[in-house]
Amino acid sequence: MANASTFSVRRQTGFTTIAATCFVLLYAPIVTLIIYSFNAGTSIAVWRGFSLRWYEAAWNNEQIREVALRSLLIASVAATIATIAATMAALATTRRTGFKGMTAVYAAINAPLMVPEIVTAVALLITFATIKVATGYTGLGFLFAAHSAFCIPFAYLPVRARLESMDLSLERAAADLYATPWNTFRRVTFPLLWPGIIAGYMLAFVISLDDVVITEFVKSAGQDTLPTYMLGQLRRQITPEVNAISTAFFLLSVGIVTLFFFLNRRKR
Amino acid sequence: MASAQESAALAKTKETRDSWLLSAPALVIIFFAALGPLIVMFAYSLMVKGDYGDVKFGEFSGDGWFGVFFNRDIFDDTVTLADAHLTIFWRSVKLSLFTTVIALIFGFPTAYFIATRPERSRDIWLFLVTIPFWTNLLIRTFAMMEVIRNEGIINLLLIWIGIIDTPIQIMYTDTAIMMGMLYVYLPLMVLPLYASMEKIDFRLVEAGYDLYATRFQVLWRVIIPLVKPGIIAGSILVFIPSLGAYVTPRLLGGGKNMMLGNLIELQFGQGRNWPLGAALSITLMAIVMVAMLVYVKQASKGTSSHG
Repeated sequence: MANASTFSVRRQTGFTTIAATCFVLLYAPIVTLIIYSFNAGTSIAVWRGFSLRWYEAAWNNEQIREVALRSLLIASVAATIATIAATMAALATTRRTGFKGMTAVYAAINAPLMVPEIVTAVALLITFATIKVATGYTGLGFLFAAHSAFCIPFAYLPVRARLESMDLSLERAAADLYATPWNTFRRVTFPLLWPGIIAGYMLAFVISLDDVVITEFVKSAGQDTLPTYMLGQLRRQITPEVNAISTAFFLLSVGIVTLFFFLNRRKR
Repeated sequence: MASAQESAALAKTKETRDSWLLSAPALVIIFFAALGPLIVMFAYSLMVKGDYGDVKFGEFSGDGWFGVFFNRDIFDDTVTLADAHLTIFWRSVKLSLFTTVIALIFGFPTAYFIATRPERSRDIWLFLVTIPFWTNLLIRTFAMMEVIRNEGIINLLLIWIGIIDTPIQIMYTDTAIMMGMLYVYLPLMVLPLYASMEKIDFRLVEAGYDLYATRFQVLWRVIIPLVKPGIIAGSILVFIPSLGAYVTPRLLGGGKNMMLGNLIELQFGQGRNWPLGAALSITLMAIVMVAMLVYVKQASKGTSSHG
């Protein structure tokens, strides 16, 4: 390789500067948001010294606790359903001689990624409103179903990737040793597949936790999640309380993604 | 011999059946809560609107679709183009295109920067790009609000430097929407660009320099053609969600500067015109599908020409 001080074939004039600007632009708004969450004043514009009062206020706010718990509940249920369904589908669509309709299955599983969120949201609004009127049921089931559906493609991706990189010969060896298909799956395939399943679950969890648009249109009265609650707050008078919630929420997402990152890294 | 063939065929049908059974739960959930409702929505777009939202079941009409492009005057039935809708269509396409181009201008050098780091540190840089992407959309939009508000960092900074005396109004303008979308979707540009830049064979770049090419010529004639599939993928990935954006224009654009997503929502809220809303949604989906087809076509061309 060429010495950096003489002539590097990889260098392009100005690119590093633009890249640096890009990283600053990506992080400056988030950093500002976090800094102002520690503001002692009531305004998000004027800095009045460091304080944790807004974290305290958010923590003691019944409503925030309620919507946060609901968000976590929906995310866990949806991620569980989506991961199980996606893992089964991934087992059916990888490492086999293709079957008739496999392309269709593949397309259907990825379909939620292709449709703009707002379109899915209003389509669900129309359909579920009719079902709600017809059956009288307005519980969380609709949110579970909607979230599971759009989480499936995200759970499917890492599981499929893991399956494709796995060695088939171990399963063949198990079969040669007279293991039943179920035993082969339980004792060989599943333990090998496990990191992919965990990764899929975490992706699905974050995606469900982050959803605003679809939840906003599907939820019945009193079913706000943390993001839809925040959406409501952002249209009213904003206090640093919103910053405090955002910061906590941000740290949670970053925590999960960091875990995901290291899990993926160790695999290699 | 025959029995072996037979049992092989039998095993194959059994395997096919198992595959379908295994796929069934995912397919059922997606049909119930994603694809099925789209069909319902298509049916709704063809019905007569109800008086308080909803539709009159079984009464069909083309009014929903007619309303996408035209207005009918309530007094004398004259038909005019629906200017308001066309303005919003145009704004959506225009802002999404601008966002895509600016994202490319920032994203390309960034992806190149990451791809030319030593292998060990590339993951970390990529991780830094993905973090904002995994952060809630709402939080990112809110963070952008803090930056561009009249009392936000940009204005404070400009006043402090002395370039301006009074804050510039950025919030509730098209510029605000564009900045918000750029901020929210930029990682979607960087990631596919990086994926194709990582594979660049730098011997080709070296060959370019050996043949007395300038840095710009190498960039324009060697690097850009090599990463064209990444450029197309990144552009599509930014353009499509921008076109259907809902949260960002709603928060940063205020009530006046609507985009398609907000126009659709309006029909299900105050507008109480579900068939029109359904027809608008399908129109948006159609535009997205066209963009996607262009992408698939380009992508397949890209792979075939590179072997």
